[in-house]
Amino acid sequence: MLTLHNISKHYQDHVALHNTTLTFAPGAFNVLLGPSGAGKSTLLRSCNLLAEPSTGYVEADGIGAVRSQSQSRQLRLMTACVFQQHQLILRQSVLTNVLNGRVGARPLWAGLLPTPRADIEDALRCLERVGLEDYALTRAGSLSGGQQQRVGIARALMQKPRILLADEPVASLDPTRAEEVLGLLHNICREDGLCAVVSLHQVRFAKRFADRIIALRAGRVVFDGTPEVLTQEALTHIYAPQTETPLCSAIKPQRPTEPPVAFNQTARAS
Amino acid sequence: MESTFIVNNVAQNYRERLVLIGCIALGIALCVAYSGLADVPRILEGGPALWHLLGEMTPPDPSNWRSWLGPLMDTIAMSVAGTFLAVCLSLPLGFLAAANVSPHPVVYRLARSLLNTLRAVPELIMGILFVAAVGFGALPGVLALGLHSVGMVGKFFAEAVEHCDPKPVEAIRATGANPLKVLVYGVMPQVLPQLADITVYRWEYNFRASTVMGMVGAGGIGFELMASLRLMQYREVSAILLLILVMVTLVDALGSWLRGKCA
Repeated sequence: MLTLHNISKHYQDHVALHNTTLTFAPGAFNVLLGPSGAGKSTLLRSCNLLAEPSTGYVEADGIGAVRSQSQSRQLRLMTACVFQQHQLILRQSVLTNVLNGRVGARPLWAGLLPTPRADIEDALRCLERVGLEDYALTRAGSLSGGQQQRVGIARALMQKPRILLADEPVASLDPTRAEEVLGLLHNICREDGLCAVVSLHQVRFAKRFADRIIALRAGRVVFDGTPEVLTQEALTHIYAPQTETPLCSAIKPQRPTEPPVAFNQTARAS
Repeated sequence: MESTFIVNNVAQNYRERLVLIGCIALGIALCVAYSGLADVPRILEGGPALWHLLGEMTPPDPSNWRSWLGPLMDTIAMSVAGTFLAVCLSLPLGFLAAANVSPHPVVYRLARSLLNTLRAVPELIMGILFVAAVGFGALPGVLALGLHSVGMVGKFFAEAVEHCDPKPVEAIRATGANPLKVLVYGVMPQVLPQLADITVYRWEYNFRASTVMGMVGAGGIGFELMASLRLMQYREVSAILLLILVMVTLVDALGSWLRGKCA
């Protein structure tokens, strides 16, 4: 069980996430919905303190309230991450990238010894689960986007996590690939009984896979419930354009109030 | 209205550029005149003297080659050991001087300043200092080459680290790795090819530099070169210069082969 207590994130000029308290039950597949900039990534990154929240704290089973650096590393050990852009080391082999999932759990000097056979076999099993067992020695950079994301999932599994965080894991994939990868992620979480927190842009996928949907809008939770109760009306509210933000005024065509700078200067500035 | 504005802007841009190029050209012209490069008659007068010297240098006299083998080994050993010293010091310094992994802005500033200082002192000056400190031989050469190299190798290491992709590094951090493991598993694999490239390149440079280290008494083939020059054995001098040329070519070829391997 993972609980966020009064987590918020302030930047100098705006609030990315207002005070939020959420509890994620073990084994549930939670989906975060909401427009870009609503605070989904901030919320996800607060779950394993990859982004330091401005207020509040995280509580996890077996650790309690996470306060110190070593406790936040403990939290990350049991919390695996799948990223939108997979975040692999492209010049390394697929196998090495998967083995990297265990870096946090291994002592530093272990890197000087040959990789234990058991670890390699574990990594190969993880690759088998994502259907990439034939690519172990391929350079990660030479795989397609969907395959790279599968390697990202295998790396997360290698961590033997209890919680899996995925930040728009299928946003950079085409619809068919997206459905495949998300289905795979869903099955794995079910089989292993993992608690998953996944941010998505596709409402269709959210309704199909989620046990619980949490929707954010302008840094606040505006919906929290099962897919069945997520009505069209609620969706319209979640994704409605935000008239109060300065974004709209920025889009409006405006005459420059001061003379534009010389071309070479703008080129240098950009 | 709009188009006039843009046309004027383009014209003004052109004029500004013209002024800039004019200023640069004027600066260069002043330096050329001041340093005497424009004094063509004096350069031409030097021709016959140079011709005479070249005459005395030919044919090269390699009869003493046996006594050059030891110093040549010294030079090779000096360049390898100096580069090794440089890498050992540059690795920690490079990380401290990389803005994205440096533990504190003050540490970053200090590391950068140290690298600048080391780069600012030429290796020949360092050679003189170390000869005074530890005596003649290859050792002062190794220390001088190593320390001076840190200035450039450390800076290039730091820049390679700064340019690595932060995303995989974050992924390693997300596995619960401590900062040191993040460096070893997240940053190092990404920058290793560049580090190897910089190191081999610096070894090539250090081999060339170590041939002159002998001039200040820091051992190697340069010592033999100076001895022959002082005795005005110009035919021996040319033979040694040819030997150095062959060795530098070989080292550069080996270096680019090695760098091709680690890309």
